[in-house]
Amino acid sequence: MVKNGSEILVEALVEQGVDTIFGYPGGAVLNIYDALYKNSDRIRHILTAHEQGAAHAADGYARATGKVGVCLATSGPGATNLVTGIATAYMDSIPMVAITGNVGTSLIGRDSFQEVYIAGITMPITKHNFVVRHVEELADTIRSAFRIAASGRPGPVLIDIPKDVTSAECEYIPEPKVEVKETYDVTAEQLETVAGMIAQAERPIIYFGGGVETADAGAALLELMRKADIPAAHTMMAIGCIPDTEPLSLGLVGMHGTVSAAWAVERSDLLICIGARFSDRVATNPRRFAPKAKVVHIDIDAAEINKNIGVDYSVVSDAENFLEALLPYIKEAKHTAWREQIAEWRKTLDYVPKDDDSVIHPHQLLRTLYDMIGDDAIVATDVGQHQLWSAQYNRCRKIRHFLTSGGLGTMGFGYGAAMGAQVAFPDKTVVHITGDGSFHMNLNELCTAVTYNLPIITIIMNNNVLGNVRQWQTMFYEKRYSQTNLYRKTDYIKLADAFGGRGFRVTNIAELRAALADALQRTGPVLIDCRIDKDERVLPMIPAGGTVDDIVAD
Amino acid sequence: MEKYILSVTVQNNAGVLARVSSLFGRRGYNIDSLTVSATNDPKVSRMSIIVQGDEPILEQIIKQLLKLEEVQRVDHLQEDESCCSELVFVKLRAESGSERDAIRQLCDLYAAHIVESTEQTMIVELSEVPSRIDAFLDVISNFEVVEMSRSGVTAIQK
Repeated sequence: MVKNGSEILVEALVEQGVDTIFGYPGGAVLNIYDALYKNSDRIRHILTAHEQGAAHAADGYARATGKVGVCLATSGPGATNLVTGIATAYMDSIPMVAITGNVGTSLIGRDSFQEVYIAGITMPITKHNFVVRHVEELADTIRSAFRIAASGRPGPVLIDIPKDVTSAECEYIPEPKVEVKETYDVTAEQLETVAGMIAQAERPIIYFGGGVETADAGAALLELMRKADIPAAHTMMAIGCIPDTEPLSLGLVGMHGTVSAAWAVERSDLLICIGARFSDRVATNPRRFAPKAKVVHIDIDAAEINKNIGVDYSVVSDAENFLEALLPYIKEAKHTAWREQIAEWRKTLDYVPKDDDSVIHPHQLLRTLYDMIGDDAIVATDVGQHQLWSAQYNRCRKIRHFLTSGGLGTMGFGYGAAMGAQVAFPDKTVVHITGDGSFHMNLNELCTAVTYNLPIITIIMNNNVLGNVRQWQTMFYEKRYSQTNLYRKTDYIKLADAFGGRGFRVTNIAELRAALADALQRTGPVLIDCRIDKDERVLPMIPAGGTVDDIVAD
Repeated sequence: MEKYILSVTVQNNAGVLARVSSLFGRRGYNIDSLTVSATNDPKVSRMSIIVQGDEPILEQIIKQLLKLEEVQRVDHLQEDESCCSELVFVKLRAESGSERDAIRQLCDLYAAHIVESTEQTMIVELSEVPSRIDAFLDVISNFEVVEMSRSGVTAIQK
């Protein structure tokens, strides 16, 4: 049937299973919004306050569901406002399709009104991008975009569509959804080699990351850990892949990981990295990371092998495929002495914060929060101290329930991500944990949550400072607090009220409990302003470039 | 720092050169030269890229190139197992008869051609492996070089 470009876009999105998109209209996408108007029963469009919010929402939707998230913006500033969101998704390997309108093809290159070369701008932050110059290419381009976004190591893809292409007509032939099912050949020789290295190791440790979440390989990983008796530490991107109650779990590893995990890495004789990339926030000193260990690296992206550190052996595969194939080769083993050594480190070295119910200590706030929201709640964070505490004291037991900007570290990510998760799962509790610094970046999206009745609970860890940067100033800049003390007078109760939400202010744990109990009953968004001390620090900490010898724990 | 020759076949799309050069830019890889042109297949272009680095950098460059959607194939060419050549034009100041004679002799020695000649200048063309071109340019620098243009290397597996 003959359709115009905008109708073909809608058809192709529906074809790919898309039922929700996040976006913001504008001149170059008028035709597309007209088609969306006529197809509002097939695609739900969530109108955000700012395109950045739409990009983070599509990202959060993708993180929470595992599906490809879709955002839509107009040309020029609409497109550039997506950029931070696209880069955030790129750094964390999140499947996303960003669609931008552009000026008509006859106006391209003439510095026309709201014209920007978004394909050039997003080249280094997308897996791939397209400029659709002819309507005949549009349907196949959309199909390719979904395939690229979801295949291999996932990531964002941008499609830029000039305005005349959205109105030009051509024959549209429906096709089935692109199914991405890849197999990575793992040979018996590779499996025997890895199994042999595991069998010979006396002090093995697994370090795993977001690749385990992407491949949904938590169960297989747990089976390997238990069968071969190997403790495992994880990155911030892998929170929830294995239960935090698992005795073999060492918790977070890296700059703000546990001291015991850092020592386990330091003393291990075999380190198996699964779906992680030895980033500078984990391998703080890449030359001294796991110095005594043979290192095995399992990753879906061949380019990650030997990128940040040289490894002794590697297999290119997704985590699930590799682990399932490996398990039959693994002999049951016990590493009693090694486990006892780690248990000793946990008892004697791990940082234990002190309780005090009369104020709000971050760890107590988070403990209270997790107790009250239960195992099924989705948590989205912004970036800073609150994020690190949320990761350290998390109690997530399910994958895709802890959404955080690990790679790019985008302040302002959390509210959009929480909206995406809440739109995907209207019946789940969605909590947005933020700081007063991050929250101010994108608090405009509160209006979106009000409009769509998204009962997102925002926990503002309010210390009136930019806590993480300030912590570095405390530790490394002799307390010269350059531009990190905020002298803001924002009244979050009035702010919530002004947007049509509900706000609370709490100064101790009992008040926090009461506010949370109230918030959990509401059908719209809630802000809880939690007053914490400005000198609270994220501990322990391995400074950038440091090793276990440099751990700061008090 | 070693030099490596990469032969990269890419889809002949608008923007593919920008994509490849953007990758080199953001990853901080050093390009000595890059040439791109059509092949016998109109849908495919070939890039010949000379990069500087060490073995781990070379491994990364190849893997990162292969991640680009429009890159079809990357071959690391060994000098003795490939043909590679570069074209250079040199415009020389040559006003006296003795200068002209000396330039002609040098061109004969290197199998270079004089493609243009005026009363003041001569333009010399040489197509050779990069090391021979370097050597030629070294001796020709004894004359006054007005302008010079090198094409960058193009290469093919033997």
